[in-house]
Amino acid sequence: MIELEHVGYSYGGGALLSDVSVRLAPGSFHFLTGPSGAGKTTLLKLCYGALVPTSGRVQAFDLDVSTLDRDQVAMMRRRIGVVHQDCRFLDHLPLADNIALPLTVSGRDMGAENSNLGELMNWVGLSERADALPPELSGGERQRAALARAVIMSPDLILADEPTGNVDWEMSQRLLRLLLELNKMGKTVLIASHDLALIRAAKSQVQARVLRISDKTLQLAGADL
Amino acid sequence: MSRGAIRAFLVGDAQADRVVPPSGFTAHLTLFVSGAMAFLAVFALALSMASGRLADRWAEELARSATLRISAPPDQRAAQTQAALDILHQTPGVAIARALSAAEQADLLAPWFGPDLPLESLPVPQLIEIIAGDPAYDAAGLRLRLSGEVPGAVLDDHTRWRAPLVDAANSLRRLGLISILLIGGATAAMITLAANAALSANAQVIQVLRLVGALDRYIAQAFVRRFTLRALIGAGAGMFLGMLGVALMPSASEGGGFLTGLGFQGAGWLVPLLIPILGAAVAFAATWAAARRSLSELS
Repeated sequence: MIELEHVGYSYGGGALLSDVSVRLAPGSFHFLTGPSGAGKTTLLKLCYGALVPTSGRVQAFDLDVSTLDRDQVAMMRRRIGVVHQDCRFLDHLPLADNIALPLTVSGRDMGAENSNLGELMNWVGLSERADALPPELSGGERQRAALARAVIMSPDLILADEPTGNVDWEMSQRLLRLLLELNKMGKTVLIASHDLALIRAAKSQVQARVLRISDKTLQLAGADL
Repeated sequence: MSRGAIRAFLVGDAQADRVVPPSGFTAHLTLFVSGAMAFLAVFALALSMASGRLADRWAEELARSATLRISAPPDQRAAQTQAALDILHQTPGVAIARALSAAEQADLLAPWFGPDLPLESLPVPQLIEIIAGDPAYDAAGLRLRLSGEVPGAVLDDHTRWRAPLVDAANSLRRLGLISILLIGGATAAMITLAANAALSANAQVIQVLRLVGALDRYIAQAFVRRFTLRALIGAGAGMFLGMLGVALMPSASEGGGFLTGLGFQGAGWLVPLLIPILGAAVAFAATWAAARRSLSELS
């Protein structure tokens, strides 16, 4: 589904990642962990084409990401649901429209998708907030809204960057359950998080592999977690 | 763009339109600027077309009309005039040769001497109006023959005083056209600035759209459509006011000469209708280029 081959990435200053190779198989559940600033977000960005590797190759859906033109990148993003760390929305549109935004921009018939949207909002527990504007939402609500927006196109792959970063333990458990459910539906999931308690909680419920970034490279974390 | 695409562009996609927040202030500025520019363009166009007409008319008269002046003692005047007319009628390339009547000559002099002048008491030369045919007569040859047979005749083909006027009218037309080009360029520049401002004000919106898989075309169109419609509406209003202004100017009259002829004639009234269309096209291109440029900075 997504395959990184000897991928390196350096900012102006120096290398952040080097020789990273990993393959996300369809239906797998991965955690990506490591200290702050180790390059978790960068690695996710490489996966959805927001960054182009400075060396090596990123393949998504059997296509080399660096050879895609801008429209092809956009089309690829419709197949990848991304929950960003700083979930950004269109602040002038009500929540329901924000969650449906991927459908809107891809020209889907909104009338036909309305029941799906209602169901999805119910699933993330935001039905009553449908008309609220994003700035009025709490941190947890924003995270759930971002997750709902990420999955509304029924993507094959879900990338989540610190999805539980701004929420309390209970809310993070709830978000994790949502992600686990999506994985059970066959979606590939990759969560970047430094929340070890969350990772442990997940490992008890799913066959999750934990990838750790240390020393600019990616290692499969052992059973110590 | 196909016709369907143009219709879709004009009608718009209500959903797509909502993704960019409404922008009150820049919208009004764009309307105002394109309106003002269209207003100015109407006048530049009127000036350019009027001076074009003037230049054409003068150039044509310059090429075709001439005056023969016969200064002879009163007792020989009639004979010389007749001799000159005979020569002219024999000359190939002269379509009309006509001696002006005393009343016509008095009319020509009236603006300078006043109406009560006793013309009969003055040694006013006899004028003969010559209209050239096609092909025209040979002026040098005619002069030569006249100097031999009608010693008091002087052929004035008006070149000396009409040529600089034709030049002036032509430069005026050029200035008008250059003004129209400058107005178009200034419109493009101002719409580019406004579009850039709108694009940077909505940087977050654009980023979010890009991340959820919107094509560049979709994002750009939301902006391009707004600015194009604003320019179209603003320029339409400006053109209407400009044309109203031109229509209210005093109409061309014999006495007013050049200035009162400033305006449009006949089908010329349709030309300013192109201004809003061109304005919209300029806005379309400028916004499209600005959007492309700012999108290319995003991944």
